[in-house]
Amino acid sequence: MASTSDRLSVYKTYKLYMDGGFPRTESGRHLKIQDDQGQFVANICHASRKDLRDAVVAAREALDGWSGRTAFNRGQILHRMAEMLEGRRADFIDMLTEQAGYDENDAVAEVNCAVDRLIWYAGWTDKFEQVFGSTNPVASKHFNFTLPEPTGVVTIFTPRNAPLLGFVSTVLPVILSGNTTIAVVDNPAPQVAMEFAEVLNNSDLPGGVINILTGVREELLVHAGGHKDIDGILSVGPDSEERETLGLEGADSVKRVEFLEGHDDWTSDEAQSPYRILPFVEFKTNWHPVGR
Amino acid sequence: MSPDYRPPQVPPVDQVGVEERAAKFAARSIKRESKVSGLERIVSMIDLTTLEGNDTPGKVRMLCRKARRPLGERDCPSVAAICVYPSMVPVAREALEGTDIHIASVASYFPSGQASLDERTDDIEDAVSAGADEIDIVINRGAFLSGDYERVHDEIVAFKKAAGDAHLKVILETGELETFDNVRLASQIAIEAGADFIKTSTGKIKPAATMPVVLVMLQTIRDHYLKTGERIGMKPAGGIRTAKGALKYLAMVKETVGDPWLSPDLFRFGASSLLNDVLMQLEKQRTGRYHSERYLSIS
Repeated sequence: MASTSDRLSVYKTYKLYMDGGFPRTESGRHLKIQDDQGQFVANICHASRKDLRDAVVAAREALDGWSGRTAFNRGQILHRMAEMLEGRRADFIDMLTEQAGYDENDAVAEVNCAVDRLIWYAGWTDKFEQVFGSTNPVASKHFNFTLPEPTGVVTIFTPRNAPLLGFVSTVLPVILSGNTTIAVVDNPAPQVAMEFAEVLNNSDLPGGVINILTGVREELLVHAGGHKDIDGILSVGPDSEERETLGLEGADSVKRVEFLEGHDDWTSDEAQSPYRILPFVEFKTNWHPVGR
Repeated sequence: MSPDYRPPQVPPVDQVGVEERAAKFAARSIKRESKVSGLERIVSMIDLTTLEGNDTPGKVRMLCRKARRPLGERDCPSVAAICVYPSMVPVAREALEGTDIHIASVASYFPSGQASLDERTDDIEDAVSAGADEIDIVINRGAFLSGDYERVHDEIVAFKKAAGDAHLKVILETGELETFDNVRLASQIAIEAGADFIKTSTGKIKPAATMPVVLVMLQTIRDHYLKTGERIGMKPAGGIRTAKGALKYLAMVKETVGDPWLSPDLFRFGASSLLNDVLMQLEKQRTGRYHSERYLSIS
């Protein structure tokens, strides 16, 4: 038997995550990823507008099924993600230290916090309705109540820092209410999000609920902004040009466009809040006649 | 009945060759102005179809409005025809009054065709007298597969007679014919029996229209034209849902039978959901932004 030193390593090809599968970008383009020392780490997909279009089709297709699940079941699936991530803590800690320039303590903190945050948002799936919904006093014989419903297909331009925790902290509060997403990842270590896609894929999360595109954020902005089948956009850490582009393009199709400053430290308590659920729910008020 | 009926002699089909040739058309890249003109042509070639047990007069009227002005206030050709069950023909006729849009009706106990010949010809006559000017009939697949080609032929002749002046489209239901050789033979029998169009499928059986099957049928049409000078129409139906897919069909038509067939007089798409996808692509070309089906009516 050959000694281990003779062995050629097998490197992982990072692709996109779309409709519950891992396709290559249709464009055939790639981006080189280096670690903080300038060493080559991996080639990742440079997603195109057609990849975005395909991801929107998958997200739209998945919407009815996902929003139609019981809140409890969505919580179970989010909890399952935490279980899967817990089992791969060491992998992610290694990735963050070896490829993303983290020191050991920060890497452990980011991964632990990501697991805990998954559990925390899993708990909110069947509670946010009670907290944010209301029964309203009205001057007629009606029982009047207001309930949040998911907005629909939401594109998320994820943070440029914290490749794991930034992703979890921005995507989870959007999907827990029943939205489906296309998450665009453009940060120094986008392969971490693609590694996380394997966690998602093992968590009974239906295909198409979270779709992940790696690539160049500026390139996809205008296409996401103008796409009429996207109902909302969350842009984390936008510059003024990005705000203007999304504002103008989004107006044509009356999108919800939400800007979030982001955090230097995503492990802080301020980076998680039930109010992060609110930008992508629509409140519906029902008037129900009261009998005698 | 012709006592000395002999089925037509048709050349054998090279299955691998046909499949590879059909796959080649998928590689044609059609962009910008050509794409827009292709998309508009596709709209003008659509037989906008609803053949469901739950069809209502309201749904058929809605579809007819869509057939007239697919993009509402924006410029866009109307579709070629509305395709409905015989019971819905009067509704379509009223709704399409004063337009050039044809009214196609399936008849002959569509989709199975499992009824006596008299019942099937009566069905056709009823549809014609109700106002259909195109009749889509199904061949007798049971007879065809048991080798009774004469019966298949003679029934189509009887259908043609029952249809009178109405255009006759003969559905081979290729999904049930098993082999390309059968498709080629059935196409030839239908053409010789008087079909104005040959059509792949009812849409009720999978697989419905596929590129290789349509290629075999187009080759039959081409060979018939070269021999007789007569142009027979082609209608793939079922399973063509995307504008991209439909454009590939246009490339195949152009390169197999030539430009005269790039017209609703000789080529139709039997489809329902295709129209919305084409309209979405047209809007994408016009505005530069991806469209959503939610802005369009059902079809």
